[in-house]
Order: sequence, then C-alpha cells, then structure tokens
Amino acid sequence: MGVFTDLTLSDARDGLRKRDFSARELTEAHIAAVEAIRPLNAFIVETPEQALAAAASADVRLGRGEGLPLDGLPLAIKDLFCTKGVQTTAASRILKGFKPPYESTVTENLLNAGAVMLGKTNLDEFAMGSSNMTSAFGPVENPWRRAGDNRPLVPGGSSGGSAAAVAAYAALAATATDTGGSIRQPAGFCGIVGLKPTYGRCSRWGIVAFASSLDQAGPMTRTVRDSAIMLGVMAGHDPKDSTSAPLAVPDFEAALTGDIRGLRIGIPREYRVDGMPAEIEALWKQGIDWLEQAGAKAVEISLPMTKYALPTYYIIAPAEASSNLARYDGVRFGLRVPGATLDEMYENTRAEGFGEEVKRRVLIGTYVLSAGYYDAYYIKAQQVRTLIAKDFAKAFAEVDCILTPTAPSAAFAIGEKADDPLAMYLNDVFTVPVNLAGLPGISVPAGLSSDGLPLGLQVIGKAFDEETMFRVAGVVEQAAQFTHRAQGSRP
Amino acid sequence: MSLIEGRTGSWEIVIGLEVHAQVVSEAKLFSGASAAFGAEPNTHVSPVDAAFPGMLPVINRHCVEQAVRTGLGLEAQINMVSVFDRKNYFYADLPAGYQISQFTKPVVGEGKITLDMDDGSTREIGITRLHLEQDAGKSLHDQNPTMTYVDLNRAGVALMEIVSEPDLRTAEEAGAYLRKLRSILRYLGTCDGNMEEGSMRCDCNVSVRRPGDPFGTRCEIKNVNSVRFVMQAIEIEARRQVELIEDGGAVIQQTRLFDPNRGETRPMRSKEQAHDYRYFPDPDLLPLVLDPKMVEDLKRNLPELPDKKKARFIADYKLSPYDAGVLVDERITAEFFETVAKGRDPKIAANWVTGELFGTLNREGLGIEQSPVSAQALGELLDLMGDGTLSGKLAKDVFAAMVKTGKAPAEIVEEQGLRQVTDTGAIESSIDAVMAANADKVAEYRSGKDKLFGFFVGQVMKATQGKANPGVVNDILRKKLAG
Repeated sequence: MGVFTDLTLSDARDGLRKRDFSARELTEAHIAAVEAIRPLNAFIVETPEQALAAAASADVRLGRGEGLPLDGLPLAIKDLFCTKGVQTTAASRILKGFKPPYESTVTENLLNAGAVMLGKTNLDEFAMGSSNMTSAFGPVENPWRRAGDNRPLVPGGSSGGSAAAVAAYAALAATATDTGGSIRQPAGFCGIVGLKPTYGRCSRWGIVAFASSLDQAGPMTRTVRDSAIMLGVMAGHDPKDSTSAPLAVPDFEAALTGDIRGLRIGIPREYRVDGMPAEIEALWKQGIDWLEQAGAKAVEISLPMTKYALPTYYIIAPAEASSNLARYDGVRFGLRVPGATLDEMYENTRAEGFGEEVKRRVLIGTYVLSAGYYDAYYIKAQQVRTLIAKDFAKAFAEVDCILTPTAPSAAFAIGEKADDPLAMYLNDVFTVPVNLAGLPGISVPAGLSSDGLPLGLQVIGKAFDEETMFRVAGVVEQAAQFTHRAQGSRP
Repeated sequence: MSLIEGRTGSWEIVIGLEVHAQVVSEAKLFSGASAAFGAEPNTHVSPVDAAFPGMLPVINRHCVEQAVRTGLGLEAQINMVSVFDRKNYFYADLPAGYQISQFTKPVVGEGKITLDMDDGSTREIGITRLHLEQDAGKSLHDQNPTMTYVDLNRAGVALMEIVSEPDLRTAEEAGAYLRKLRSILRYLGTCDGNMEEGSMRCDCNVSVRRPGDPFGTRCEIKNVNSVRFVMQAIEIEARRQVELIEDGGAVIQQTRLFDPNRGETRPMRSKEQAHDYRYFPDPDLLPLVLDPKMVEDLKRNLPELPDKKKARFIADYKLSPYDAGVLVDERITAEFFETVAKGRDPKIAANWVTGELFGTLNREGLGIEQSPVSAQALGELLDLMGDGTLSGKLAKDVFAAMVKTGKAPAEIVEEQGLRQVTDTGAIESSIDAVMAANADKVAEYRSGKDKLFGFFVGQVMKATQGKANPGVVNDILRKKLAG
C-alpha cells in the first residue's frame, strides 16, 4: 500500500499504462490513506464509491490500451470546485449541503481525462485566509511538525486541505485555487509543489468565486513534472468564462528539459523585507547559486511598487468578494435562517452562515466601494495595480523568470496570529503581487528551516510562459533534492 | 412655448425621460436561456440567471448588435470600448445581489430624436446615452398570504436604457418623443415597443421653473407603462410642484409613483436610507470592444428610418407632410402604402390607406398586419377605378364588401354586377326617359333654373342604380338639357 501512495503522479501514470498495477489497487491504497489521515481534517467530503467506480472504468480503458491522460490517477479536489451531485461548500456554513447540478470546467477536464476523485478538501472559508483556520469545518493540520515540538501547525491557506492531502501522501495531486497565494503559500508550508498559472489559463467556470479578477485554479503536486502534467489537463480556453484565454495549451511536460543555460533570472531587490528570517534569505541565495551553477544568469531587478501590493490586494479582493458573496442570501440555495421580513432573513442568514473572516472582508469590500470612498480606495488600488503590473512588465523586458522566497516564514502553530489579521495578511507579501499582475508563479520545496519545517522558493514567469517557469522550477527542484517527508505523512 | 399658469404667473415644465426597452433577442443578455415572454414561472432560468456559485456571464453578441443598431438609428455616437459594471443591491428577485449594467462607459453616447409636432414644426431632442443592462426577476406578492414568490424568467433579459436630455417642455412633447422612439425601435426591430407587456417602460424626470430660470429640483416618476399615463403623470406632477412652490414650499428630489386611478403621484415607500449601489467594473467580463467592421456592416444594413422615409414620401410621392407622417409611423404601414402606390397614383393610394383602410381598422380594432384587405387587393381596387370600371362611390361599396368577405375586388364587381356603365347609348336612353318623365323640370331648367342640374343627375344615377359613369352622365345631360 505504501508503495502505491509513495508514487509520483507521473510514475503512477506510467505504471498503470504498463499494467504494473491496476487503477483499482492504486485507488484503494489512496482511499485507505485518506481514511488514515482523517485526524488532519484535510477532507470535508470523501467519495470512495465514486472513486472506485471511476477506477473500474479506467481499468477497462487501460486494459484495452486506450488509457486517457490521467486515467486511474486518484486526486483530491479543493471544495471550492463545484462537483456535480457532490456537496460543494467553500468550507462555509452558508453552503452546507449544497450539491451543484453542474461540474466545474477544471474538474470536468480532469474527470474527462480519467482522473479519480477521492473527495473534497478543506480550505479557508470562501478561500479567505492563509492558515485554513477560517473553515466552518474546522482547521486542517499540517502533516509536518517542528523538530522537538508536537504542537499542530497550520498547513497554510487557503488550499490547506489540498496541501495536507498531497504532503501526507493521501492523493497523488490535488486541485487548488490561488487568489493571493492560496496555492503557493500552503505548498511552501507543506513541502510540496504549488502552481498558480497565468490568469486566464484555467477556466473559472464552476469555481466558487472569491475575487474574480485574481482567482486562478492550479495544481498541488509533489514534483514539478506532476505539476506540468496536471496543468496540461486543467488548462484550456473555455467559452463559458469570458476571462479565459483563447490560447492553445502547450505540452508543459516537454518543457522540462533541465536546460536553463543563458536564461536571465530576476532577483527583486524589494523582496528583502524587514523581519524576514535569515534562513529564508539564505535559502533564497542558495536558490540563486543553484540556477547560476546550471548556467543561468542572476540579474538584480527592481519592483518598486511591491510595498503597495498588500494594501492594494486587501482593497481589490474584498471589494470583489463583497459583491461575489451577495448571492448567498438564503433565497435560492444553501442556508436560510428565517426572519420576519426579507431584510431580516438576509441578516439572520448571513450572520449565521458566514464566519468572522468572511464578514470582515465583506465589510471592508463594501466600505471601499461606497460612495465617497470609492475613488480614494478602489480606484486608487486599481491604479496601483496597473503600476505593479508595469513593474513586472519592465522587469520581464530584461529577464526570463524571477526567483523569490514563497513566504516570509515557515508554517506557524494553529492559533498563532489568529487574533491579528494584519500579521496573517503579511504571509502573502511575496505571492500577492503575482496575482495582481496576473502572472504564473510556482512554489518549489527547497529546504528546511532550523526547526525542521519546509521552505519554498517561488519562480515567477512571464504571462502565458509557464514553460520557461516550469523549466527553471525543475532545475531548482533538481538542485534542492528535497526528499524530506512530513512526520504526519505515515500516520 | 407651452407654459402652465399658476396663481403667481407662468411656469415651464422641464422633462427628461429614461426608457427601458427590452431587446428583441432569443436569448438573455449573459446566458443562453430563452428570453421569451409569458412562459410558466421559472422555466426560462439557467444556473447563470439564478446566480448559482461559480456561474459566469458571457455576453450575447446579438444583444450588443441590437444596441449598436439602435444607437445608429438614434444617430448617436457608438463607443468602441464600453464597460459592464455591477450595480449592487439586495432584493429577492435579483439573484446575484447585483445587476450587470453599464455606468460610466455605456455602449452608445450622445444622439438625437426629431419630433414632428402637430403644427408641422419639428423639435430636436437630445439623447444622452444608451446602455445595456440585465432585467431583474419578478416578485409575486399575491400568491400566498405570508410568502413572496419569485419568478426568474425575466431575470437576465437584455434591456436598453435610453436616456434623454432634459429637452422636453410639455407632456405632449414627451408623448411625441415616446411614440417616435417606439417607432424607431420597431423599424429597427430592436424592441417590440409593447408597453402593456412591459417591454418598454418609462421613468419621467420632471421639474418646473420660471421661464429663463435655471433648472428646478426634479422628481423621478418610476415605471410608467403607457404613453397616455406618461403624459398624465407629467401634467399632474408639474401641477403638484407648481402648487407646492406657490404655497411657499420647496420640491425635494425624490422617487415617486404615478397612480392613474387616483390621478396623483406619491412618494415611493420611503427606504431607511438612500441606496448606495457601489458600482464597479464587473471583473467577470472584459471591456466590450467593438469591431469597426461590425459597426460598419450594421450601419450599412440599417433599414430606412421614419424621418428619411417621410422625406422621401413627400419628395417622391408629393404627399402632404401630414399624410407622409401618418404613413411612416409604422414600418409595416409604410410598406403597405408603398405596395398600393406602386405603379398607381400615390395620392389616391395615400387617401385610401389613411381614409377607408384606417377607418375600417380603427372601427374593427385591428392592426394593419391583421387588415382584412391586403395591399395587393387594395391596389387592384384602385386599378378598377383607374380604368373606369368603378366610380369612386362604387369603389367604396366594393371596399366594404372586400372587408366583409375577403374576396378580390374583381370578383365582387362580377358577382354583384357593380360594373360602371359607360355605354353612352344606355346612358342616353336613361336620360331621355328621365327628361320625358320630368318635362316640367326641363322647362324650368331651360328658363334659367340651373340648380336643377343636380336633380337630373340624381335621377339618372337612380335609374341606373348608381352604375352610370358620372362623367359621361354629366356630359350627355348637359348637352341634352341645352336642347
């Protein structure tokens, strides 16, 4: 059993094609692993019957030599993706019991490619958070522990359940979404690979919206190659999403040549933030050395607007969220708490249905869009967003990729920072600018902190040039040889 | 200038209209669901219309083309880049909690409409803008004593909001504006203009001022649903404002409703606070960028619109401006007329269409598309007059028979033996008989009593059962009576 769950996605794919084992065996092993990691609270819903049925179909096709690209490969699906007939909650009380009558485009792409869904993973409520502590279904535990300290740690967020499931070897890969770092930061915290593609690369259709101009789906995997395989299936133009890019999907796996000779790697001066631990600074330096040893050239660049990225993000994302979440009103689906009048019903439903962080952001968003504040906050933020994108555009005129740390710290303990939203928001300082500029970014596990926790490096690519980004990320992965495993991965 | 008289002098009304016109389209503005009217509740609803989680809007190209065509028809500026915004407010029949509309960058900018006033003058009324937006659903408060039901069939249907400048000065002008706008929309086929079904609704902004003064404070009368009510509502609201001011009060800017039964406007149920719609660009939609070639194509294929058609009818058919105006009001009427007039005397054709035909349709309560007499048949009737088969009087009888039976005019003439008699021999013998029977009158006539000529004509027509050609009768009678 351990053998099957230890496989990478690409190895499992190849093994299935060679009929070394069956999709049923592979799936059963993962279903058992999902059960075994229940203490981590990574899944909101488990779908073993569905998984076994999908595996049986995959075995038929594989037996005929007609295997689909992801045939028989067990995946975890973030509970922000609408899955037909399977409860989809966005980890919110307000959607408890909601079973969508449709399948999101990204999960449909995966299912059409033969993938096996193990269940729906936990997350911060409506993907708002960096710790997975805002879930109405309780926090997720990171499979990792600090050396000599058994306090449970957060897996990061918002895609904490997906990250924990992959890091704990309960799924070969998972889907996730990233609005300000929700894939890359938990990937960094859990020692796995997390990719946020270019905005528009994956369809948003059927993904519960948080902030529409920033949300993007991407994979969480244990290797860069697996990430490339997953993205190849998840991505593609979708006429149902006006913001999805009408571009062909390249063969991302083929981009992993390992050859980065002559590439120019940007090192942004402004990412040396105050209070960043020395070990993260050192890891970053290490990453630069690895890339130079592989024949790339490190170039210092300036992204002067970086310091405005977080405030900008915390205006734009809540503004869009306040409007996107207006539909959860108790009228048509999900939770309804009665009231004497329509307004009272709204108030009761939303007061009971939404958690604290969601309410905080809805209030912030409503405020920044209000008459008298709109120009000072929302319009100003949009202007700064344009400048941030220009910073990157200018930098990318000179470099092929940018290398940064993924987050300014390693995973923290559950409960830490819970009463300090600003400290929590600082987690996203390196990831948020990438969302604001709509660029692809990937976090690769690169080393351990002094107390034994994984740390990630982020490679940022040009818009719709995930191929170069993958190639550089592959070299980081190769050099880092990150073979450490979470203590909680073999429960 | 039309002013209203108050106790303290004259006042001028200032009116601007906002018309919501439902776009003629099979599907809704952002979903593939049907936009048809009158279906069972909640049968034309997609998950997008019901704002289910993760659903996204995709713009309906046809609706954009309709808006652009309307803009071109209003001789308006077409904005090659426009933006869809979210207008945020909570209501049970607004599933997403926001309406997708266009706020700062509408698809159509400034244009104009020319009004033809009854005295033959024209007035140009400015159009401020036209934008596309979604309709909301419908709340049904009368289905259950304690609950409100919601029908989402209309939710997401495409509307054009057409805003006029405050250029209108009388209720009559406002009525003329609405009729002209409706006529243009119907010509274009972009809105059916059916106010009863709610596919055209009007908000009226009304204020009063002393002539020459700056604008007064306005009130907005919401959702008025007929031309007549719009005119009444404006009149009543203006009088209310004049009385209020003359009594020493001041108009406060507010939204009001028109109650046609009580003949008054009154404030809408007061909201706890004013709405703050928190407009911002919809991040689910890219800016709407128009292809110049598409706009060119739409422009080239625009139908001839009422103003142009009227000018052509006056120039080519030598019609009076009044007749031309009546005939071009509806595209289908103009087409009917042109079919009748083709190869015939256009003035006679116009007289018959606006006279006999319109009279009949009005009497029967029919639209011209339901006319019992086709343009083809009416043309044939005119031909029978032209070749002398029928007199004007007989033609009217035949027309009446056509209305009743739906038969072709030639068939009726044949059946009823209504053919006009032009055989001079037959007419001469009738005249001889009449003269013989009225020898005394003949003598009177010959001694100077000219007025008796009409008596003889009448007698001859009577003897021939009206079938004698009146011209021939006149000629022969005059000669014979002259002796």
